[in-house]
Amino acid sequence: MRRSAIAVALLVLATVPLWVASGYYVNIISQILIWAILALALNVLVGYAGLVSLGHAGLFGIASYAVAWLVVNASGYLAATLAAIALSLAAVAIFAVLSLRATGIGFLMITLALGQILWGIAYRWIGLTGGDNGISVPARPMPLGLSLAGSTAFYYAALLVFLAAMLSMAVFVNSPFGASLKGTRDQPRRMTALGYNVWLIRFLAFLFSGFWSGIAGILYAYYNQFVSPQILALATSAEALLMVIAGGTGTLLGPIAGAALVVVMKNVASAYIERWNFVLGAIFVAIVIFMPEGLVPGSLRLGRWGWAVMRGGRLARVADEGRR
Amino acid sequence: MSLWLLLAVNSISLGGLLFLLSAGFSLIFGLMRIPNLTHGSFFMLGTYFGVSFLAMGFGFWLAALASAAAMAVVGGGIERLLLRRLVGQELAQVLVTLGLSFMIADLCLMRWGGDPIPLPTPAHLRGHLPILGVIFPIYRLVIVAIAVVVAAALWLMLDRTRLGAMIRAGVDDPAMARVTGIRVSRLFTLVFCLGAALAGFAGVMGGPIFSAYPGLDADMLPFALIVVILGGTGSLPGALLGSFIVGFLYNFGQVEFPELAYIILFLPMLIVLVLRPQGLFGRQVP
Amino acid sequence: MTALEIRGLAKSFGGLRVTADLDFAVAPGERRLIIGPNGAGKTTLFNLITGEIKPNAGTIRLFGRDITAVPCRHRPHLGLARTYQIITLFPRDSLLRNVMLSLLGLSSLRWNPFLRLDRQHALIAQARDALARVGLAALADRPLAQTSYGERRRVEIAMALAQRPKVLLLDEPFAGLSVDERADVRRLLLAIPRDITLVMIEHDMDVALDLAERISLMYFGEIIVEGSRAEVVAHPRTKEIYLGE
Repeated sequence: MRRSAIAVALLVLATVPLWVASGYYVNIISQILIWAILALALNVLVGYAGLVSLGHAGLFGIASYAVAWLVVNASGYLAATLAAIALSLAAVAIFAVLSLRATGIGFLMITLALGQILWGIAYRWIGLTGGDNGISVPARPMPLGLSLAGSTAFYYAALLVFLAAMLSMAVFVNSPFGASLKGTRDQPRRMTALGYNVWLIRFLAFLFSGFWSGIAGILYAYYNQFVSPQILALATSAEALLMVIAGGTGTLLGPIAGAALVVVMKNVASAYIERWNFVLGAIFVAIVIFMPEGLVPGSLRLGRWGWAVMRGGRLARVADEGRR
Repeated sequence: MSLWLLLAVNSISLGGLLFLLSAGFSLIFGLMRIPNLTHGSFFMLGTYFGVSFLAMGFGFWLAALASAAAMAVVGGGIERLLLRRLVGQELAQVLVTLGLSFMIADLCLMRWGGDPIPLPTPAHLRGHLPILGVIFPIYRLVIVAIAVVVAAALWLMLDRTRLGAMIRAGVDDPAMARVTGIRVSRLFTLVFCLGAALAGFAGVMGGPIFSAYPGLDADMLPFALIVVILGGTGSLPGALLGSFIVGFLYNFGQVEFPELAYIILFLPMLIVLVLRPQGLFGRQVP
Repeated sequence: MTALEIRGLAKSFGGLRVTADLDFAVAPGERRLIIGPNGAGKTTLFNLITGEIKPNAGTIRLFGRDITAVPCRHRPHLGLARTYQIITLFPRDSLLRNVMLSLLGLSSLRWNPFLRLDRQHALIAQARDALARVGLAALADRPLAQTSYGERRRVEIAMALAQRPKVLLLDEPFAGLSVDERADVRRLLLAIPRDITLVMIEHDMDVALDLAERISLMYFGEIIVEGSRAEVVAHPRTKEIYLGE
């Protein structure tokens, strides 16, 4: 059943440009894919390591800026991309070592501070980053000679990267290392007593998370062809966190659904609902309070409950289901 | 030389303002163990309330007090209706305050629009005072005085009243406090109201300097974070010291190293967090 | 050579002295029982042995090897395992998964991010065996959240045994169990082979007494009485501590 669902999903994704109305909407879906990669990356820490980061926009942004700067000032696209990945990984390593001095709220605040430092650099070190003027990337890369200028072409490039990210996440989560990571989330002290090196496990997970955050950032730079300090702002980290929490941290689909929700709200709904920030914030608050497991599992749970009620099951049976 | 003196006074007055902002943040963090990410929004909303109260014909000081009162109501509502549902789940509470900051920011945008709205300096405090051959803006000096008065009042409250003793007990050891019969949940509401009120008051005080504009919340929250991390959560003397340090760092940083202004601000906070992450909550049993 | 030897162990938390100048030695294969009133420092002693807490002074030797400075995460690799007084299992996982985590702790497989955990048949078989040894084979795939307290206590023991320890520390294995469940656990413990040294903390003397060969009575961080069952039971200080204070 799951395999056919995956096949259908792949088919739908592969044919998007055929059935989606216009280039504008194809671009929206490209954006969803880019942010979904960031959300998936963040979820490695939030959902699987139990470490909530408010600084991931920093990891996203540093890769974005690196690739944009290199393309404009120094080199060709391939070299720029590889160098940006390397730089991003170095930054992630530093981020990780500093942040992992704490867990819980301490971790949150260290990542917040680090994200703000990077934002401050982007905003104020005008000589390096252009400050508020940002850096414009004149043209999209041409891998193997194929132009990515059009929305359809770029969409397929983004889709490939996204699928690679998804695959990588799925393998990671189901691996022994993934199980170790989840163990450190649930019972860190016990894990140490069982022989695990909890710090190192978290550090490696952070590197993995940071790597894909950087990839998302690079993709963003190529998509948007413009990077500005806004992408490193606290609000961006908060949005990424919203995507993860709204969609649900326990599944791989959750962050993707969350990313879709936020991007759609920002771009599409904002035409109809003027105060989408308010709505986003309200959804966030509502989810944290009423559906802490996130929209995807929460909706499934509500759906199951509603289905049971509809089938006329005895209230006691429904109550039992709800209690679990 | 006179530039340095002026900068120094501006730093002290910024420090005073930051103390008014951060004192509440510190108490909330110390007692409830959460960084209240809505605190910047409280400051901004306070400024906007000040704008409205002034437009209604209130005098400056009345507007400041009314703003504080309004913010106390807002804070109390948030704590009782939302945060209290998540008792014991500090991380969830922090996330709620984050979501609320989005909501309040947009509400302000809706109600007061996107253009910056300046608050006029109170009439009798305009102008300058010549001291040691340098002219200082009177208003800025007054802010320092007010900050000192509020600090003294808060200190008296914490040190001399029963309420203060309960707050201090809650900050030091919440479990113990509960056991000795202190109604910790009511204390939480009170402190949250107090924190919001202080932030709102600070917002009006800061109005003539910063104006009310969208994004003020995001600009002020980091200050509160840095001050309280440097000074220690739940510590008023720490908040006072931290505020002045940050005031100086910010102003001198802006002048001397504008490109590294934020690094200069956040680096000390980062260093403290990294070196003493467990020191986040003051005295702790290991 | 002793299996576990502690000399001059001291630990204070701030001003609170929990253990002071503690000497303690267990022979290989022995069944040692540590008893004592609440707050005597028994669980702290276990935490010191496993390395979850660092002592202020003293040495800990495991089969002659000084492990005082060895980090907590290395000690299971040296043959030390423990169960906990408060059940600290992995609630979101099945019993099988819980035991697999225990097995992985000692396996280099735990660093592997590429293989599928579900396809590690050898590991899974080992985990099922471990559960079978405690009589929980039938519940292997059940989520932990849907098991009874008594079953979870047995999972704790399964997890510890799965690591093939040389010294097993059991912290109140009988706590909160019904009469029948106690009988089950008792049988389990009696069946543990002699190549595993057992050190057990228990509150409930009746159940534990017949499992123990030697008993140490702890009081305020010191071992007041130590000896065979008969010696300890008859000792005046034992009666004083349990009946007097």
